[in-house]
Amino acid sequence: MIAFLIKRLMHAILVMFIISVLAFAIQDNLGDPVQQMVGQSVPESEREALRERLGLNDPFLVQYARFALNAVQGDFGTSYFYREPALEVIGRHLPATLELVFASTLIIVLFSVPIGVYSAIKPRAILSRFFMGASIVGISIPVFLTAIILIQIFSIGVTVTLFPESTGWGSWLNGFFSTEGNMPSFGRGYDLVHVFGHWDTNLATWNGLQHLVLPSIALASIMLPLFIRLIRAEMMEVMQSDYVKYARAKGISMRRVYFVHALKNTMLPVITVGGVQIGTMVAYTILTETVFQWPGMGLMFLDAINHADIPLIVSYLMIVGVIFVVTNTIVDLVYGLVNPTVKLTGKPA
Amino acid sequence: MTIPTVTQSSSQTTRPRIPSRWERLRDSYLWYSFKRDHTAQLCLAIFIGLVIVAFASPLLAPTDPYDLRQIDIMASELPPFWIDGADERFILGTDAQGRDLLSIILYGTRVSLLIGFGAVILQALLGVTFGLMAGYLGGRVDALLMRLADIQLSFSTLMVAIVVGAVVKATMGGAFYSEYAVIMLILIIGLAEWPQYARTVRASVLAEKNKEYVDAARVMGLRSKRIMFRHVLPNTLSPIFVISTVQIANAIISEAALSFLGLGMPETHPSLGSLIKSGFDYIQSGSWWITLIPGAVLVILVLSINLLGDWLRDVMNPRLYKG
Repeated sequence: MIAFLIKRLMHAILVMFIISVLAFAIQDNLGDPVQQMVGQSVPESEREALRERLGLNDPFLVQYARFALNAVQGDFGTSYFYREPALEVIGRHLPATLELVFASTLIIVLFSVPIGVYSAIKPRAILSRFFMGASIVGISIPVFLTAIILIQIFSIGVTVTLFPESTGWGSWLNGFFSTEGNMPSFGRGYDLVHVFGHWDTNLATWNGLQHLVLPSIALASIMLPLFIRLIRAEMMEVMQSDYVKYARAKGISMRRVYFVHALKNTMLPVITVGGVQIGTMVAYTILTETVFQWPGMGLMFLDAINHADIPLIVSYLMIVGVIFVVTNTIVDLVYGLVNPTVKLTGKPA
Repeated sequence: MTIPTVTQSSSQTTRPRIPSRWERLRDSYLWYSFKRDHTAQLCLAIFIGLVIVAFASPLLAPTDPYDLRQIDIMASELPPFWIDGADERFILGTDAQGRDLLSIILYGTRVSLLIGFGAVILQALLGVTFGLMAGYLGGRVDALLMRLADIQLSFSTLMVAIVVGAVVKATMGGAFYSEYAVIMLILIIGLAEWPQYARTVRASVLAEKNKEYVDAARVMGLRSKRIMFRHVLPNTLSPIFVISTVQIANAIISEAALSFLGLGMPETHPSLGSLIKSGFDYIQSGSWWITLIPGAVLVILVLSINLLGDWLRDVMNPRLYKG
């Protein structure tokens, strides 16, 4: 166990090292800090002196060591645009993204497990076929398009005039398919409750929750079909295994076989894939936050790109790198703990 | 696959007739199941139809959206034909700049497909080469390449593509980036997604490598390179084929996502993604068609590829790399 832990930790440190080198290389090659700091009229000799004083003429490795030392202490430089420490800016935007991801994860877990299990148990039922068809359509719609469709339907509203208005059923159908469109689709709303530090929450008020609904559904829409299909496939495989057959033969109630015996082993691969998908989720927050103008890290990153705010871009990359490495390491450890067939010594089985 | 029947003829010298490629296809299980699967037929028809229409867009489109003389700003935001206030010149209406939506969608689909195919070819070249090397050579090469693939995959390919796109755009400046956007996007998406191929190929190479024909080739003294590309590679083609369909769909979606974020095709030379992006600004004013019609085309394109991929996976049933 300890050997496995150390191996994973070494791996995590190596990955963080590579990320930091890349991030530093970006910072080093993009833009000239001296040009940002001084005016046009400053002569070249003064610039050179400033460069020397800032240590910009030092070898790459010396500069990198200085960068890494500062980064470890939480100093990622100062954002050009906000004119305050980059970490401070990220800290202000982080809670919004985390709440969005949290709400989406909730939706994914609440829906994918029952639907996946149902369509594995009854693969030929009409409802299962509908879920499978809907999930492949869901995979094929890019997340920003789902977001736009949601905005059109629930925020702007749709007026259907397809059916003849003169007949009773026609106007009823028109009314049935038309939507009013009063869901908020812009930002986090006015009714945020301050928790502590930078954390203002959407989860405490009705207005805040309303603002969270569309963005979290949009973000969940890309992962939900994936998890439904994964859970279904794994569950169907597990249902064929001997121990499930034995449990059934023993006369244990089907409900118990499905949800206690089979589901446990189904969730093993789901944990691994789930860990990997957290990365994808962060990428999709950029898209979702752009559509809904949700003031989180993704929108901040995109703004930073448009402002060429290099310290902020670099710190975003570092922070996201940390999030990835930490979640992947935790997932690996959890997988090792819950799956007795994994040898934790790190030797190949 | 049927085994060619050996006809015992009068002389011993006549060899069994080897069936032509067409005959082998006609007798294959692939063709058999295709004939029975209406979804797959419909999807292939839609996909091929879209590809033909898109690449023939200069001939088919009513107007040339790249030609500024044919654009009339007074005719902007006209609705499609089934809504009151439509102009009969523009079947699907016009966008905010007064460009004919049908023409610009045709041209945009061409751009999207071009980038999708280009990126997948690049991914396949890189991924297959690295996957073969990792699987066949093993040892340090394998450890290094697969560690690299693991790291890259743990970041999600879209994230890598966004970051690389952002950095390249910031380094080279927006104007330069827009000018070479097609090449840039092919490079970015190609580089971001090669691990998918590499892992799949490696997994099947590991299964193939200990078979007798590889030993035989090695005993004959063939070089590793020749064994890898001429002997092992043909036997790993079916999983490559299956993931290629999914990868084309993914590449098209990635391109659309990058363009939507403003890291892709410029509005003067739009893909489906940048059409959706430019239309999104006008959705609040009621002009939903500028964004939702290109969106629908994108979904139909990707959906038909994904359904084809699903069908191929069921038919060929390769042991795809799980996890």
